[in-house]
Amino acid sequence: MRAPYVAVVVTLALGTSATPLRPAPSAGATISGKITYTGVPPKMKPIDMAKEPSCAAQHTAAPVTTENVVTGPGNALRYVVVYVSSGDQPAPPPAEAVRYDQKGCQYIPHVAVLDVNQPLDIYNDDQTSHNIHPLAKQNPEWNKSQPIGAPPIHTKFEKPEFIPVKCNVHPWMHGWFVVLPTTHHALSGPDGEFSITGLAPGKYTVTAWHEQFSSLSEDVSVSGSETKTVNFTFKATLY
Amino acid sequence: MRPKTPVVAWVSGVVVLLWAAGARPCVAQESHIGTLTGHAAAGKKVYRRYCVLCHGADGDGTGENAMWIDPKPRDFTLAVFKCRSTPSGTLPTDQDLFEAMSRGFLTTNMPPWLPLTRQNRADAVAYIKTFSPKWRTLKAGTPITIPPEPAAAIESILRGRGLFQKMECWKCHGPLGHGDGQSAKTLTDNKDNPIPPYNFSTGSRFKCGETNRDLYRIFMTGLDGTPMPSFGDDLKPGDAWDLVHFLRTLQPLDTPEAALWRAWLASHASDLKPIGPPGGGR
Repeated sequence: MRAPYVAVVVTLALGTSATPLRPAPSAGATISGKITYTGVPPKMKPIDMAKEPSCAAQHTAAPVTTENVVTGPGNALRYVVVYVSSGDQPAPPPAEAVRYDQKGCQYIPHVAVLDVNQPLDIYNDDQTSHNIHPLAKQNPEWNKSQPIGAPPIHTKFEKPEFIPVKCNVHPWMHGWFVVLPTTHHALSGPDGEFSITGLAPGKYTVTAWHEQFSSLSEDVSVSGSETKTVNFTFKATLY
Repeated sequence: MRPKTPVVAWVSGVVVLLWAAGARPCVAQESHIGTLTGHAAAGKKVYRRYCVLCHGADGDGTGENAMWIDPKPRDFTLAVFKCRSTPSGTLPTDQDLFEAMSRGFLTTNMPPWLPLTRQNRADAVAYIKTFSPKWRTLKAGTPITIPPEPAAAIESILRGRGLFQKMECWKCHGPLGHGDGQSAKTLTDNKDNPIPPYNFSTGSRFKCGETNRDLYRIFMTGLDGTPMPSFGDDLKPGDAWDLVHFLRTLQPLDTPEAALWRAWLASHASDLKPIGPPGGGR
């Protein structure tokens, strides 16, 4: 089923090398950098999915652990949300939906970052029922069942909020919906790198948020189509 | 036209101001239960006398008694309620809150407040709605439609049993509905407090009612704030009634469904596959 998508990507890459897939960085300034940590991060706990054989079978090669603190080589810290917390102009949310998968009894990605009122599509790719329970406080808290083969749940959140998400049937499943009042945000990858593109010239406050290590902020001024580097270093704590 | 004297002008000005103040929409300050209108100002007195010790002066569920109580008193500042006629994630109707207050919550410290007059309860509902700003910005959800119940029949019960398996109700409620499913011990509410799934073998009333319609409503709207999700997007009305009929057979009650089930089971028990994980029940 992947073939059509691969074909499209290849076509775009070959045929339109001048047209990047993402909004052109030349349309504004870029803030990029790397997220790292100092100190000793907590060890992630292995997850035993024996009670859900259909999911356990998908992880025989690589055992699954909790994802509260995911690190990479060179003290890289993954799943850090970096966003413009002040100085940004309000902009309409993208019409493109953010996809959130329940696959192998895990949330993929662990952290979904979306704009206020941006569509969010939640899929159940598993051979088991899940229930999606965003523990929102500013937004409405809801809890919906999504049985095997059920259509995706289409939703959105109207207020900015960091919302923990859980599945009550599978207590190890834990993720986040990060709803932001800005379109300028990024999520650090396995190497800790992030990149916020398309910024108009101006002075901004950039905030990096990690679910366990709280948040850090820095003021940055950008102009033209320059790329500024901002690195954040979190102090890892065991609890 | 005769010019108004200053006093008449002043008085009429005050009257206009008062009228304007009164006409401003203060929806959150009132509740409407049928023809009854509750007022928050009167409700505050009721609340301060009967509710405050558990739910707290600020409505956040941390009254003096709260530390001794399990499950914890409702935190009204979140505006998240279990017993609603409205879809998951929406505010309940005034009627829902009124009924929950009147009914009380079985297996908790919340008693039925029937000794209070209907007016007292309507006033208290209006006051409870002042604790969260959500009542000022959002409207109550639209109650779900519950079609008339079809007559219980063994076919309906068996279809419902299939849904109990397919929807994986047994993962929490247990293969026999004893509240001992594989996830039961790990369940927590929205404040991370442990919460057990309903045990059908007690035959007790449900937290949100006791009739077949109440049962239908419970799993089609979900109990917000708890692990019990809404199945409103997954079950058609016919399916939902089938599930209601089956759930009644799990209770040790003299219901028409239980009678049908016992009669059928007497000759067909060996035909049944146990409920539980595929490839054999627990």
